Amino acid sequence: MIHRASSLLLAALALAACSGAPDDRTAPVATPAPGTAAIPADSVQYFNTIIGDRVFFAFDSSALDAIAQDTLRRQAEWLIANPAVTAVIEGHADERGTRDYNLALGARRANAVFQFLVGQGVEPTRLRTVSYGKERPEALCSNESCWSQNRRAVTVLAGAPLS
Amino acid sequence: MVRTLMVCLLALIATTAGAQEPGPLRLTISDPNVEPMPIAVPVFIAETPDAAALAAQITDVATNDLTGTALFRLIPREAYLARPASVDAAPDLAAWRAINADKLIVGAVATLPDGRLAVKFRLWDVATGQEDGAGLQFAGSAAEWRRLGHKLADEVYTRITGEGPYFDSRIVFVAESGPRGARVKRLAIMDQDGANLRFLTDGRDLVLTPRFDPTSQRIVFLSYASGQPRVHLMDLATGTRTELETLPGMTFAPRFSPDGSRVVMSLTQGGNTDIYVVPLGSRPRIRLTDSPAIDTAPSFSPDGSRIVFESDRGGSQQLYVMPANGGEAQRISFGPGRYAGPVWSPRGDWIAFTKLLGGRFYIGVMRPDGSDERLLTASYIDEGPTWAPNGRVLMFFRDLGGPNAVPVLMSVDLTGRNLRRVPTDQPGSDPAWSPLLD
Repeated sequence: MIHRASSLLLAALALAACSGAPDDRTAPVATPAPGTAAIPADSVQYFNTIIGDRVFFAFDSSALDAIAQDTLRRQAEWLIANPAVTAVIEGHADERGTRDYNLALGARRANAVFQFLVGQGVEPTRLRTVSYGKERPEALCSNESCWSQNRRAVTVLAGAPLS
Repeated sequence: MVRTLMVCLLALIATTAGAQEPGPLRLTISDPNVEPMPIAVPVFIAETPDAAALAAQITDVATNDLTGTALFRLIPREAYLARPASVDAAPDLAAWRAINADKLIVGAVATLPDGRLAVKFRLWDVATGQEDGAGLQFAGSAAEWRRLGHKLADEVYTRITGEGPYFDSRIVFVAESGPRGARVKRLAIMDQDGANLRFLTDGRDLVLTPRFDPTSQRIVFLSYASGQPRVHLMDLATGTRTELETLPGMTFAPRFSPDGSRVVMSLTQGGNTDIYVVPLGSRPRIRLTDSPAIDTAPSFSPDGSRIVFESDRGGSQQLYVMPANGGEAQRISFGPGRYAGPVWSPRGDWIAFTKLLGGRFYIGVMRPDGSDERLLTASYIDEGPTWAPNGRVLMFFRDLGGPNAVPVLMSVDLTGRNLRRVPTDQPGSDPAWSPLLD
């Protein structure tokens, strides 16, 4: 499994290198910090930091761009390699929509991730979706630098060792 | 006492009838430039010794209701040249004319032999010298003394403006605490003026968007108690709480039908959101929309025949009206920007909404056919309007944005005047105005 994970990591590095324009929203795959080799590849910590637990969306959109699709392919491979793990996909929106609409938009985003992971071969029964609308912002300022971090879908694992 | 009142009334009619005096002064609140009417409200008379403290407090409750509308201005009590000794005696109207009072409220409070509290009042039209409506008495439990003040103010407001009452009502809202990234949200209820706050939920589960049954003291709201956003029903009298609908998926954006028998709401399955009507009881739910768009925020017309809702079926959030049993929907919003969260006025004449345009949120109103659009307020986030029972005042929440911002409750007249903060002990959002209390 460790072998598989490191080849995944290489693939991710290659993809990140080829993806052109730098994007501060990409999961931190490009430069594993010293000591990451010690993170067990079947752990939540590995999934969250090396694979990337989240994807980001454009304003009022639930479309998965190339970066998001790359992240989700890695997530799918990891989930298939760790079949005992289940996941809740949380859909979130930034604060610039109304409460009801953002709940529906968060559901659209979570569902887009769900459909993509299932399309990659993950058992649908292992996945659940929930929308938080604009209720759980990750970044707290009121400008695009924060809004872009809050328009997200996060794959939250259950049943894996934390680290 | 009744005889005394009658005698006074007859004598006054005799002195004024021949002079072709105009009728008592009236306020038209649809006029956005209306000048506040000067009123005199001497501290109510305590008819039993133990009622003195409450008489003063009830006077304050009623006076604050009236002046809070900005339709009335209290003439300071230091200026009063007379002090009524009794509700039953005709006041010295010359003394009230001298300080330019348009109206005089003479009130009295007494403890009844059974322990209840009685408030009686007479409203005088100072210029004509006529009593404006008949003297009236309210009685209620001493514990609910504030409601007696609200009922008195409602009666005065209704007589002078011709509009329906709304002061004797309550607000359910979401009380917020904790940092912006980890807010604790609890349902809370308070009187319309911010008094008597109490919490309805403990903050363990996220709760959103409470809405009142227009016919009873029940609410529907969104709760994450089960891990999924689901519509719950709560009876405020008993505290009983049930999950409303058993369909899998997310249920949200609930609102009661005008007769309180059904709840219209959104259901999301497979990422798609449509509108359903769920009868309370055993009858089956009815699906009202079936589109790949986000169809949400439904609200019944007060006659129950139509539903206004928002949908992005045309590419962006806009308002639509459809028959209450579903069917073809007509778009009614056509201005620039996005329109969301429509709420039909209990009087049927306006639809309030939240509008998003150019990075700002607005509270606005339009006619049910989409005409006469007016924006009443604007800020970083102004959202979630709810109508007073008389359909003439709106409450909503405002959030100015930024890492430390907290939402506050605001109210504004239908005309856009009298924008003011609603006093709450802690930050609040998602207000829902109750029907008038019994």
